[in-house]
Amino acid sequence: MLDVAGGVLAFSFYEGLVFGLVAIGVYLTFRVLSFPDLSVDGTFPLGAAVAAVLIVSGVNPFLATLCAFCSGLGAGLLTGLLNTRLRLPALLAGIIMMVALYSVNLRIMGGANVSLLREVTAFDKVAGLLGLSSGSIEVSISLALVIAIIVFLILNWFLRTEVGLALRATGDNEQMVRALGSDTNKNILLGCAISNGLVALAGAVVAQGQGFADVGMGIGMIVMGLASVIIGEALVRPRGVARLLLAVVVGAFVYRLFITIALRLGMAPGDLKLITAVLVIIVLAVPHIRKKIRREWVPPAARW
Amino acid sequence: MSKKGLLALSGILCLALVLTGLPFMAGCTPGGEKVYKVCITQIATHPDLDSNRQGIIDAMAEEGFVEGENVEFVIQNPEGDMSVAASIADYFVSLKPDLIQAITTPSAQTVVAAAEGTDIPIIFSSVTDPVTAGLVPSWQQAAPNVTGVSDWFEMAPQMEFVKEVLPDVQVLGTAYNAGEVNAAVQAEELNNIAPQYGLTIVEATAASTADVYAAGMSLVGRCDAVWIPTCNTVGGVGIESMIKVGEENSLPIFGSAVGMIETGLVGGCSVDYYWIGKQAGYIAARILRGESIANIPPIKSAVSTVVYPAAAQRMGVTIPQAVIDAADIVIE
Repeated sequence: MLDVAGGVLAFSFYEGLVFGLVAIGVYLTFRVLSFPDLSVDGTFPLGAAVAAVLIVSGVNPFLATLCAFCSGLGAGLLTGLLNTRLRLPALLAGIIMMVALYSVNLRIMGGANVSLLREVTAFDKVAGLLGLSSGSIEVSISLALVIAIIVFLILNWFLRTEVGLALRATGDNEQMVRALGSDTNKNILLGCAISNGLVALAGAVVAQGQGFADVGMGIGMIVMGLASVIIGEALVRPRGVARLLLAVVVGAFVYRLFITIALRLGMAPGDLKLITAVLVIIVLAVPHIRKKIRREWVPPAARW
Repeated sequence: MSKKGLLALSGILCLALVLTGLPFMAGCTPGGEKVYKVCITQIATHPDLDSNRQGIIDAMAEEGFVEGENVEFVIQNPEGDMSVAASIADYFVSLKPDLIQAITTPSAQTVVAAAEGTDIPIIFSSVTDPVTAGLVPSWQQAAPNVTGVSDWFEMAPQMEFVKEVLPDVQVLGTAYNAGEVNAAVQAEELNNIAPQYGLTIVEATAASTADVYAAGMSLVGRCDAVWIPTCNTVGGVGIESMIKVGEENSLPIFGSAVGMIETGLVGGCSVDYYWIGKQAGYIAARILRGESIANIPPIKSAVSTVVYPAAAQRMGVTIPQAVIDAADIVIE
């Protein structure tokens, strides 16, 4: 029994690390920039598609994963441009990118699905380096952990630089940031690009882990990312950049753990989405209800 | 991390430890005959996939592997969410079952990836192209622990059937979701074979069930008849929209599965998903009896001709009596 529970925790830990990248991406746009970017559902399979196609054509899997990250940067940049240059509302810009990327992903893959089952993926490379059998959970966790740590270190540094601080301030008070002489449009572009780059990176890793890229694999990513962010914020009161990033990854881990447990208890997977929705509502509503009870001032609901 | 948060997190972890152990304790059967554990997964709920699953269970029962007696089935369905599909695959492998049945391409791919390094036999079904999907090395050869039943069918009988019912057809339309591998492969095959039958192909694609009606309408006036591949979007949930288009515009529509034809199409050569499931069930029985999976190459689907004269009338077609007499299934 301990063995089984250990397996569940290990697998959720791996998933938490990978989907934590999606959650960080969602955090950057939704929370830091106050830019509700829905292109995530399209950039996740975009990263998967780019990595899969490159790996099948013989490119080194690490290089392919890096290219996937860059494809996400590009897509995020486009979403940002739609908003800042063409003045499309943020929600609409994201939805449009999501729809457009569906076609783009089909074109990239030349079909709906690219198999990686018999290809050498980054996981196989890591397995070779560590001398473990590929497909073991230790290999999956090692690769995911290394990627997560690299992303963590870079973001932890970047968000404290002058550019990073301006980016964070843009979401808080755009007018003030502009008054201080920082170009908020540039900050939004940068934030969207990094966010979608991370999501595409996660897509590339997931595709290699599960053995295929599929045009439908982005379904529900945005909800999952949001749920992770919200759970993480509730569990780890984030103050400061490092704890904030940690909180989001913890949120992703707990969310995946919930799903894994729900599945193993024999819950109908069709009901999972509703449970996620209820979970998000509860976590979002609790602080509000608490304030109401204490008769504190309640800020108006965000309308975006 | 705040103290409360830490407390909550450790609470969740404890709950995880307890809860995940529970089903296993319940699953213990005291002594007696060996109870085989067979896991079944399909990517989503769909009439054809459900028949496929039922076929597996029925064929295994026929062969003496009866649920509740000597077989325990663990059935899970991620309802289209691929990250959940991966969780299910990992769960199945952790159960160390005697066999995994994976219905549809993505389900089979996640299971095969999760089972890498183990020797759990995996049987796929309703996978159109298992070679491109990377499941088996070729149509003649099973992978060391993977084989199964494809729903791939020859396109020639489909075209012959259309020509028998409507000899004058010159332009044949097709509607499908380009996001579904199965459907895209069939559409490509259709384009390849059409010239041999003197046919020109026009295509319409629908990305979701909401687009099917528009896709169908776009074919009106551009073709003499329509043929629909085994596509979950157009041939599955969206088939009613196509029937509406066909009946309102006297455009004869042919199908490739009994499920869609009996909803109201002229007819077609059908893949029988229940039959596919049964073949997968028979393979399962052979493997549970100790046969090596490597000796069982993948199987292609057989087709049977189906006609629906009343529905054909509604689309302005009278099916020749000879065709009705020769059909395997006539829907009244």
